Parts: sequence; structure tokens; C-alpha cells
Amino acid sequence: MKFTLSWLKDHLDTEASLDDILYALTDLGLEVEGVENPAKKLEEFTIGRVLKAEKHPDADRLRVCQVATALGEQQIICGAPNAREGITVVVAHPGTYIPGIDTIIQVGKIRGIESHGMMCSEREMELSDEHDGIIELPSGEVGQKFTDWLAENDPAKVDPVIEIAITPNRPDALGVRGIARDLAARGVGRLKPQAVDPVPGAFPCPIGVTIDPALKDKGAPHFTGRLIRGVKNGPSPQWLQDRLRAIGLRPISALVDITNFFTYDQNRPLHVFDADVVKGGLRIHPAEGNETLLALDEKEYNFAQGMMVISDESGPESIAGIMGGEHTGVTEGTVNVFLESAFWDPITIATTGRALKINSDARYRFERGVDPAYTLPGLEAATRMILDLCGGEPSEVAADGAPLEMDRAFRLDTDRVARLVGMDIPAEEQRATLTALGFRLEGDTAHVPSWRPDVQGEADLVEEVARVASLTKLEGKRLPRSHVGVPTGILTPMQKREAAARRTCAALGYNECVTYSFIDQGSAALFGGGDDATALENPISSEMSHMRPALLPGLLQAAARNQARGFADLALFEVGPAFHGAEPGEQHLLVSGLLVGHTAPRDPFGSRRPVDVYDAKADCEAVLAAIGAPAKAQILRGAADHWHPGRHGMICLGPKKVLAVFGELHPKVLREMDVKGPAMAFTVWLEEAPMPRKKGATRDALGVSDLQAVERDFAFVLDADTPALNVVNAAAGADKALIEEVRVFDEFVGGSLGEGKKSLAITVRMQPMDRTLTDEEIEAVGKKIVEKVQKATGGTLRG
Amino acid sequence: MDDLRQKYLDAIAAAADEAALEELRVTAVGKKGEISLKMRELGKMTPEERQVMGPRLNALKDEINSALSARKAALADAALNERLRAEWLDVTLPGRPRPRGTIHPVSQVTEEITAIFADMGFAVAEGPQIESDWFNFDALNIPPEHPARQEHDTFFMARADGDDRPPHVLRTHTSPVQIRAMQAQGAPIRVIAPGRVYRCDYDQTHTPMFHQVEGLAIDRDISMANLKWVLEEFCRAFFEVDGVELRFRASHFPFTEPSAEVDIRCSWTGGTLKIGEGDDWMEILGSGMVHPKVLAAGGIDPEEWQGFAFGMGIDRLAMLKYGIPDLRAFFDSDLRWLRHYGFSALDRPTLHGGLSG
Repeated sequence: MKFTLSWLKDHLDTEASLDDILYALTDLGLEVEGVENPAKKLEEFTIGRVLKAEKHPDADRLRVCQVATALGEQQIICGAPNAREGITVVVAHPGTYIPGIDTIIQVGKIRGIESHGMMCSEREMELSDEHDGIIELPSGEVGQKFTDWLAENDPAKVDPVIEIAITPNRPDALGVRGIARDLAARGVGRLKPQAVDPVPGAFPCPIGVTIDPALKDKGAPHFTGRLIRGVKNGPSPQWLQDRLRAIGLRPISALVDITNFFTYDQNRPLHVFDADVVKGGLRIHPAEGNETLLALDEKEYNFAQGMMVISDESGPESIAGIMGGEHTGVTEGTVNVFLESAFWDPITIATTGRALKINSDARYRFERGVDPAYTLPGLEAATRMILDLCGGEPSEVAADGAPLEMDRAFRLDTDRVARLVGMDIPAEEQRATLTALGFRLEGDTAHVPSWRPDVQGEADLVEEVARVASLTKLEGKRLPRSHVGVPTGILTPMQKREAAARRTCAALGYNECVTYSFIDQGSAALFGGGDDATALENPISSEMSHMRPALLPGLLQAAARNQARGFADLALFEVGPAFHGAEPGEQHLLVSGLLVGHTAPRDPFGSRRPVDVYDAKADCEAVLAAIGAPAKAQILRGAADHWHPGRHGMICLGPKKVLAVFGELHPKVLREMDVKGPAMAFTVWLEEAPMPRKKGATRDALGVSDLQAVERDFAFVLDADTPALNVVNAAAGADKALIEEVRVFDEFVGGSLGEGKKSLAITVRMQPMDRTLTDEEIEAVGKKIVEKVQKATGGTLRG
Repeated sequence: MDDLRQKYLDAIAAAADEAALEELRVTAVGKKGEISLKMRELGKMTPEERQVMGPRLNALKDEINSALSARKAALADAALNERLRAEWLDVTLPGRPRPRGTIHPVSQVTEEITAIFADMGFAVAEGPQIESDWFNFDALNIPPEHPARQEHDTFFMARADGDDRPPHVLRTHTSPVQIRAMQAQGAPIRVIAPGRVYRCDYDQTHTPMFHQVEGLAIDRDISMANLKWVLEEFCRAFFEVDGVELRFRASHFPFTEPSAEVDIRCSWTGGTLKIGEGDDWMEILGSGMVHPKVLAAGGIDPEEWQGFAFGMGIDRLAMLKYGIPDLRAFFDSDLRWLRHYGFSALDRPTLHGGLSG
């Protein structure tokens, strides 16, 4: 919302400075977004008079002038053709910034003669594009500030333009009058009275108006209009054109400019029809569907059934409350005009406006809510202005419906205001504030003014009182702890689990990424998503069209971008939600890590090697350990298709309880996603691992034996596809009490063992608890281990 | 006797290795060594002679023994030194590579915020990111035709044919978590709700996804003055400067009343932001007293309970505190950016350790 200072002063009697007004606006909740003060850049210019002007001895076009100025008589060289003795001019002294030429004037020599300043053209001061000569003022005293002269003689040139942001609850501030009322309530001046005298009609209105019964209750409760005949529609007067231009509107003609003036002055949009084009009466009704109208924006609109339109006998002539029709629009030649002032239901306007995609000043205002009580007064005031500016003779008012009954009142509990805001605002001040804002107080009951549709309850009264009193004055007050003493932990076990997983990944050397929750359909489909259920209706681009089914596609895209930047060795991870459906709650919390390239840069020690599945497995297990997942889990195959079919494992508690998957990603997926592989990855479903049963902070007692542990190595020849875990589990089962640990320490495939065979070496650590083991006992356990492994896997001890 | 002494001491000093020393030991003080033999002769001497010669021979023997062991130690030291000299390594070679992981600024700052509010008794609440329009809008006093809905740049989920419910939305703010938390816990309540939010907007300063943290405190007598104190304390702790000054500016949010936008005093010089000094004010968050309709939607009686709510951008707080210039880079996963702006795994923000360490 833009307006000028002088426009504001039409409604507000104030001596306050521009800065004070700006501060008050922002503080009241009418946030100032910009100010253009043309006087600011003209402050240093003063008025002078040319006493003498002689031709420069060395230049035909230049004149050497003696000028009476604020600093006494000065010599100024001037190239303007109109520089001559006796004229009153605008002088810039040395040191003055000239905005039009972006230069600071200095004392200088021009062709050998000193010049002490400059006499300016309008263009040089950015007042207009006029540059045929220097300004000749018709009046003005030597030494007078030019801005003062402008304020007196041409105020529009120095009228500051203020732009404020309007929150949706304040339609009344979409009119300058409403802004003035707020400022007056704050004490920044006095709201000037505004009386509207009805204009008597000279004859009955020949254009009748009717509101279709379907719309009377909701849609178009009140419509008023009248004919004014014999108007002369030329350009509007300069002051009106200046104002409209200042706020960025193009003056069109007096009649149109008047409607625009009321839109911004009173938040009262109007419409004018060329009455000679209207056939018969005007009817406000829901469209039947498929009617069309060429609107004032020169676009043709097709109405859906139920959209609210204004029609005459030949069909729709206006999109009610949104935009008029081209056909009945006024022109320079209009002599008989029908002026419309109506109240339109905000929701109906919003719905139609959105469907037709029209953004007009009228729609913007009607959907936020204009003052229903000002419908008829607005018509009268605008009639008066038309008569003043265009002449003519008004008819009686034609109307249908009645002003919307919006009277409502709420109890003002002044103590509650103080309690909610936490500010001591005396009851009398609260009442005075509401009164100044137009509320009518009856005892403790505040009746809401018709222009404040947003005020719907007691809390709204609190807001009005608080913002006018100024929240800037609010002093902070300590909020006591709800619990006295040392604060207790507040994170849930799952929140702690998430943090632990995150910090573990970073500690393992992964860089945390935060990637978008939406991704392109192709990538989503590779990871089991991308179906219609998880599609966005209005994605910002096809790259972000579906909710991600997993974190890995986002990480792979990140990897591809980094590879393109020349980074080949990557360890990336993300913790966040993935979406298995589009109902609230159909999301699950994941942590995924991605390894690409090598474990390390090249170094003198040969540390560098390509990342492999066992890196991913180790990291995956570290994360599981960090979140307290059970140490004993199965490793199954058969995870989703984006994994390498032979190089992945699901870490499970039973076939249906998958805690995590690790492995190599499928080469096809990498190719689709433009990642140079191979790539290793893991995903942990953070919510899947059961929460450990809570048993207090105490640990089980540490059971250690002082007796020497014994380690024995065994090598088995097995079928190459025998899982090592089966061997380990079988060996461990040989004597559960005695065997503390079984560890694989070597694997050898093929070679002398023959095709399809491998050798697996394990070391078994036996920890006696009560006495030292004898050789025979160790021998017996060894034998049992060999038997167990053989039974479980068919493997034989390697000779 | 003196000759004998000198002879052996010289020989010991000249011995080149342990073998030579051993030979000397045998020759001098071994069972049949020269000095041992002389000591055997003591028995043949007169008592007077013995009294003189006995101690002298013993002293000589001790002296030779000490000289032998001293020389032995010296030789061992020399040998060790020689070995160590040969074991020289170029210590300017790089250490063995260790990967260095990082925590994303959004995660770090979220933990910082959590640490501060936890101290003031706020728990962390969560909610779904795909929301029903009731939780995202209606319950927050934004009815279907409210102009504020249009201003939210909402992402809608596609609806299957025949499903006539209003489309679900990607939550446009963390405020729906207020409703869910109130419904789940009732009053009194103090929670914050950090998380991802979505707006259909992408330019220099906007990304279609970003992070917000919501705050909610409901009790019998919580006022806007309490809100200001909480935010002042938060800013002081978060930005780690003592003189934080906040300015409340009246504004409007459908879900709070009265509503205020909050500015923080700062200075911008040479592209550097300093909080708590200067003459500029920068908007950092929106807040207000929870609207009675919102309390009612959360199942809390507005006649009995009152309180405040606020919402602020986590990414923005991270940018302000750590001088990160571009929001879009947060979600680009550029390794150089992650390393430069990321945090160490062990750098867990705590109040006792100072948030940013």
C-alpha cells in the first residue's frame, strides 16, 4: 500500500515529522517497506537571481554570470541558452551533490574563468526530463531553500511517498483514511472529520439494479448505483494525476481516476459503466456457465457455473467485484456514466478471483473486506467528486439489498489485557484507544466498527490496545522454570537415538548432508517410490516432483555433483525422514551413508584402497551399536533391487524385522544416477531397533577370570558360498560357557582347493573360569568344534 | 701396584667391544686373574704386610670392576646411539590419513537451540511433514478462504481420483506441531518443535525446503512480557553476546493475538553482522500470544490457560551466527561447503561448555 504524506494529511491533522510518522506506522503493525522522499536530495539547493550575464570571452555558448545567492554574489559559468540577467534560478553551491548527473559540484575553471557553483535544470535535480534550459522560477527569494519554495508552489514535487506492508487482517489500512485513524489513535495528530452529505437525485435512475435471490444472503448483499448524465470525461486535474502517479498508477481519465482515488483513499473500490452502452437494467447473478467476457485487462474470461457476474440484457458486463468489462468501460467520449458501489462477499470474490487468476486492486480489497457500511456513503462521496471534476447531473440512487449487518460487541476486560500482554496499561487508556479506533464503548462492551472485519473476539481487543500502546515498550519478565532446581533431560529415547546416529556417522568420517525431501520421479522409482500417491500436486520443478522413498537417491545425486567438481572419494550421510505414503505420519526416520571411491588419498604408506562392502558393514554396525540395537542379529539377503544382488546384507531380527541394510549399490542404479561407481552404502531404520528395556544406570558386575585364556586356530575347507557366520556360530556353540569369542581371520578362495571351494580360518578363544585347562580338555573342545562346524556346514578341517 | 692399576685402567678405556672387556675381566679379576692371584698371596704375608696390602688389593679390585661396568655401559650407549642414528625418519611426511567427518550446520544449530530451551524447561515435540490442511491451517485459525493461505505458497499432495478430501499439504510451518503437542499433552506445556518446512518458492534467498523451530509455552499466567524475556535469553545464549536488545513490533499472524515481529539490534559493517550493537534492526522471528481458537483446537480451555508461541528460521539463525552467506548452498551438499561450515562430531553443543565451543 502506497500513499503520499500530503495525501495522509488530507485525513490527519499533524505536525509530526516524517520520521516520527514512519516510526509510528511500523510500530503500529503497518510496517514501512520503503520511503521515497524527493526533498531529501534537494535539501542543499537554494534560490538565486542572475544579476549579470555576459558572454564567455573564449566560448560562444557559455555565459559568465554574477548571481545573487545564499552565500552572497557568486560567479557562475553557465551554458544554458536561457541564462540571462534578471531571472530567478536554482543554485547548487560547490560541494552539493547533483542527482541528475551524479556529480558533486566543485569550484572549477571553465576555459580559464572560475565558476563557483551551478544553476540547474529540472532534469539535473531529477524533477522531470526538462533540460532545455535552467529553471526560471516565477517567484522566490534569494537564499530561500528550493524545497521550501516547492512545498509552497508545487508540493507534489516534494511529497514523500510511503509504502507499507498490510497484514491480511487490516483491510481498513488499504485506505489512507484507515492509516490516518491508526496514527491518530497513537497520538500522532488528529483524525479530520469526514462528513458525507447525500447528493439529491435530479431524476429517477433509468438503469435498475437487482440482485439475484441466490446471491442476496451470500455473495452480493448490497448493491448501489446511480446515473450521472452530461459529464465531461477529460484528463483529471493535476493534483489527482500527481497522486496517482506517485503511488504508481497511470492516470487514465477523470472518471477512472476518481474510482482509483476512492480505492486508495477509502478502501472503497468503485466501478463506472458507460451508461449509453448498458442495455436495460443490471442484474447481479451467478453465471450459468460458459458465458464469456472481454474484461478491462483486454483478456477474455470464460465463467464457470456459479461465478458472480453483473449482466445487462446483452449478457455479462462485469466480473462482480473483480474487474469490469471492456465493452461497457468508460472512454474519453463518455457523457452518461453509471457509478457502482457495492459490497461483495470476500470468500465469493476470493474463489472466483483465484479460479480466473485475476489479480486486481478490487479483488485484493474485496477479498480482505471493505467497510460494508460505507457502500452508500462511498457512492455519494464519489458522486460529489464526479460532479466537481466532470460536471453533470445525478439521478436518484438505484439499490438492492442492504448493508451487511456486522454489529458485534465483545467484553473489554482491562485486567485481562494487562495480564496477557504483561504491560501496565491503565483502563482509561485502553478505552480511549478503542474509542479512537472507532469502537463504541457501552460500559465494558466494545462494539466493533464496521471497517474492522478482523475483530472477532476479546483477544482482538487486546491486540488493538497492545499495538497502539506500543509493544516496543514491553519489558521482558522472567519466565520461572516449571521445575525448580537442576533441569532434567528432555529428549525422548528416539531423539537421543537420532543424535547418536548422526554423531557416530560424523565420527566415522562421513560428511552430513541435508538434501531435499522431494526428488525427481525417475530417481524415486529406482528406490521403490515415485508412485502417484507420493507425487506433489504443484511441484516447483520436475526435479522435485515426488516425496523421497529413501535417503540414498539424494545422496547419490550429491555424490554425482561432487564427482563433477572433481571429488572422487566421498563419504556422505544424511539423517532424516523418507516417505512411504502421503498420509500424515507415513514417514520413517532413516540414516544412510554412502561411500564412493577410495578409503583415503594416496599416501606413502599404501593406505589407499577402494571402498568395499565391509567398510559399509562396519559403519552400519557402528551406527547400530550407537543406537543400542541388539548385538546379535541375523544377516539375510534379498533386499530391494537397488542393491547388488550378491553383495548386500540385511541385518535382521527375524525375516520381517529389518534393522539395516548394507552393501554395494546396483551398477544400473549408479549408471541411471550418473555416479561413477562402485558405491557402497548402508541404511539404518532408526525406529526399527527395539528400545532396550530400561533398568536404571547400574551395569551388571564385571566378571573376569585371572586364569590364562587359550586361543586355538582352525582352518576349514568349505563350499565357497558357505556363510562365514554359520561357521562362527557353529564353533561358538561347541561350548558356550568356555568359548568367549570366535573370530574369522583368513579367507582363501579357489587355488589349490579347487573350483567352488574356500578355506576359512578362525581363532577360538577359550576362557576358563575356575581352573586351568588341561591339554586333554582343550583337545576335546577342539574336536567338538570341528564336529559342530562339519555338521552345520559340511566343512572339513584343512589338513 | 700402581703400574698394575694403570695398565688395566688404560686397557679398559681402550677396549673396543664387550668381548675385549670380558677378556680383560678374566685377565684381571677372573678366578685366575692377575689381581686374584695377588690376593691369594696375602695369606703368605706377615700380618703387618697383610694389613697394608689387603685393603689396597680390595680397593684395586673394586676400581677395576667399576671401570669395567662403566666402560660396558658406555659401549652399550654408543651402540644404541649408533642404532638410533640409523633409524632417522623424515617426520615431515604426512601422517596416516584419517577421514574427518562433519555435522551439518542445520543439525548443529538445532542442537544448540534445543540445549538452550531445554534449560528453560522446553521439551522437543515432533510432527509429520505431510500434514492435513486442518492441522496446517484450520486449527491455526486460517480458514479455507483466509488470504493468509494464499500467502503460504503451499505445496499440495496429489489426490487420487475419487478422493474428495481436501489435499494434504507439505507443512508450511512448524506450527501444526503446536496443535499436535497440545492435543497429546494438554496444559501446562512447554515445547519447541524444530524441523523441515516447505514453501513453493525458489530464488536467491528462498529454497522450497527450509527449517523452522516453533516454541510454545502454555500455563495459567504466561504473558507477552514472559515471551520477550524468553526470546531475549535465547538470543543472548544463542548468539553468545551479553548485550542483546530485542524490539517487538506489532504484526499479525492468524494463530496469535496479539502478534509481534521481533527485531534484534545489530550492525552491518563491511558485510559483517554484529549482534547487540549498532543502529540497525533485523527481523528474526514472529511471535505472539496463542489465539484462543488455537488453544481450543488443541483441546485446551482458553478461559483457563494462556501462553505464547513463536517461530523462527533455523537455517537463517545458522547463517547469522556463523556468517554463512547463501541459503541455497545448505542443500547442495558441496563437499567443500560441508567441510568449511560443518562441525566436528565431538563438538556437541552444551550450555556448560559454551555453545560454539
